[in-house]
Amino acid sequence: MRITLIAATILLLIVLLLLPLAVVFAEALSHGLGAALATFGDPDAISAIELTLIIAAVNVPLNTLCGLAAAWCIGRFRFRGRSLLITLIELPFSVSPVISGLVWVLLFGANGWFGPILERAGMRIIFAVPGLILATAFVTFPFVARTLIPLMQEQGASEEEAALTLGATGWQTFWRVTLPNIRWGLLYGVLLCNARAMGEFGAVAVVSGHVRGQTMTMPLQVEALFNDYDWVGAFTIAALLSLLALVTLAVKALLEWRIGERGGALL
Amino acid sequence: MSVDLHDLRKSFGSVAALDGISLSVAPGEFLALLGPSGSGKTTLLRVLAGLDFVDSGRIVIGDRNMDDVPARARGVGFVFQHYALFRHMTVARNVAFGLEVRARAERPPRREIRARVQSLLDLLGIGDLADRYPEQVSGGQRQRVALARALAIEPGLLLLDEPFGALDARVRKSLRIWLRDLHDRMRLTSIFVTHDQAEAMEMADRVAVLRAGRIEQVDIPDRLYAEPATAFVHEFLGESIRLECVVERGVARIAGLPDCALRTDCPDGPAIALIRPHEIDLLPGEGPAKVESVHSAGPLRRLRVTLSGNVLDVLRPDDAWMPEVGQSCGIGLSRAKVYRSE
Repeated sequence: MRITLIAATILLLIVLLLLPLAVVFAEALSHGLGAALATFGDPDAISAIELTLIIAAVNVPLNTLCGLAAAWCIGRFRFRGRSLLITLIELPFSVSPVISGLVWVLLFGANGWFGPILERAGMRIIFAVPGLILATAFVTFPFVARTLIPLMQEQGASEEEAALTLGATGWQTFWRVTLPNIRWGLLYGVLLCNARAMGEFGAVAVVSGHVRGQTMTMPLQVEALFNDYDWVGAFTIAALLSLLALVTLAVKALLEWRIGERGGALL
Repeated sequence: MSVDLHDLRKSFGSVAALDGISLSVAPGEFLALLGPSGSGKTTLLRVLAGLDFVDSGRIVIGDRNMDDVPARARGVGFVFQHYALFRHMTVARNVAFGLEVRARAERPPRREIRARVQSLLDLLGIGDLADRYPEQVSGGQRQRVALARALAIEPGLLLLDEPFGALDARVRKSLRIWLRDLHDRMRLTSIFVTHDQAEAMEMADRVAVLRAGRIEQVDIPDRLYAEPATAFVHEFLGESIRLECVVERGVARIAGLPDCALRTDCPDGPAIALIRPHEIDLLPGEGPAKVESVHSAGPLRRLRVTLSGNVLDVLRPDDAWMPEVGQSCGIGLSRAKVYRSE
């Protein structure tokens, strides 16, 4: 019975997870390494990679700070509207990514609420980089907060209170007590957030406008190349995206191992 | 350091957690806050440490009014019920924490911190645990670590929240004596919270009995036991037998016992008489009491007696006169105390 279950699980893992990943790399290299690398000679591809990294670089720290603040607030205090706040934080999970993109168009698009004002000010949000960042921020908002809230609730505030009675300031308590206790949860949330920020398609597709070389992120570029029947190009970018995800996983494993070696002390 | 509390009030919603608490603690005193759960004793401790805030009232520790003093500046050591040790730090780092977070000008040099931590750990008998993590030591050892951590900042006042609550009975007994001894040796001023009356009576110089956010009585253990001020204190401090009675012009009479007259200050009307099982006397000869059963309870015998429909437990020493099961006898309740019924 047990062996059957394990075998079924492994088989499922291979078919659903490993096989598609392998296909991506196989397709990318189907005309040889040279053809795949030639994809990066295309300035549009380079621009898509840069844009994706910029979006992640802005969104991940922003989300980490907001998520920490929200989790601390919800995990440590009882106040009116607390459960409403939890529901609001989870909203992006339950809303379709297309809608997450569309709301920004309705707000800042040419015919949106603030569209005319922005146009007069000469600022562009939709079909430009700020719109891509906003849409990604909306979609990734729950990741850090949602992993930290249950963790902080379970751990309780007594260690922080102990730190206070021992003379620590609020910042010292945060750096020396709170952060070390939630670091795994935080790291996990940050990595998930990063993966989603780089990989988001739906919300980004709505606000992007698909201007090649300007507002195309990697996932959008993959689709565009795929539609152009540039299979090697599409799968090469896809392979790079997968590699970034694999690197993220490797970094997580490495950090866990290194910090574990040092006996759990982060600072 | 002395502690002066004046008319502390705090409510959570419509529930009064502290309902006018006034109390003084002398320097060097070991005071117990005793009460059932929900009586406000932990809230009082947290308010003293600056972890909770009163709605009104005044807290003075030493000669400092604590109104605007945050928890970190109070110099109050706090031992939490479940210890709240920093789980990612070694025992030594836990104890050093209070010294390491000081501003640079007040922080002792690294080597001195290490020496002080080690001598404190040695004093508490856990010197060889310095490099372990909290999860690697036993419950009793964790308690000592928590105590060492609180003492490292040389607090003027030490607060302990149910210090033995999470320990098993045997460890608990030995730690009681040890903690009391430590308090005396280090000349601390300590306040500890407990719901265990034996613990409070055995360890404390004085015991404050709390009920629903109010202090019912504060006194030395002997007097508290001998002269409980209210029926609640009487019942909380030990096994009590409750008998209905009626007061008429300063004399209380128990229903069905016309011969037993108890002097009292209670006003006329219904009242209750409380007596402890060992204070009840049984007398040879015909009487209103009937013996139902006799059990041996160590050096004492426990008798179950019926008296006009009530069942009472009586404790009698081995060498006292002992009635047979089923026998009737006289009963002496002269040591009962009368309280107004609530």
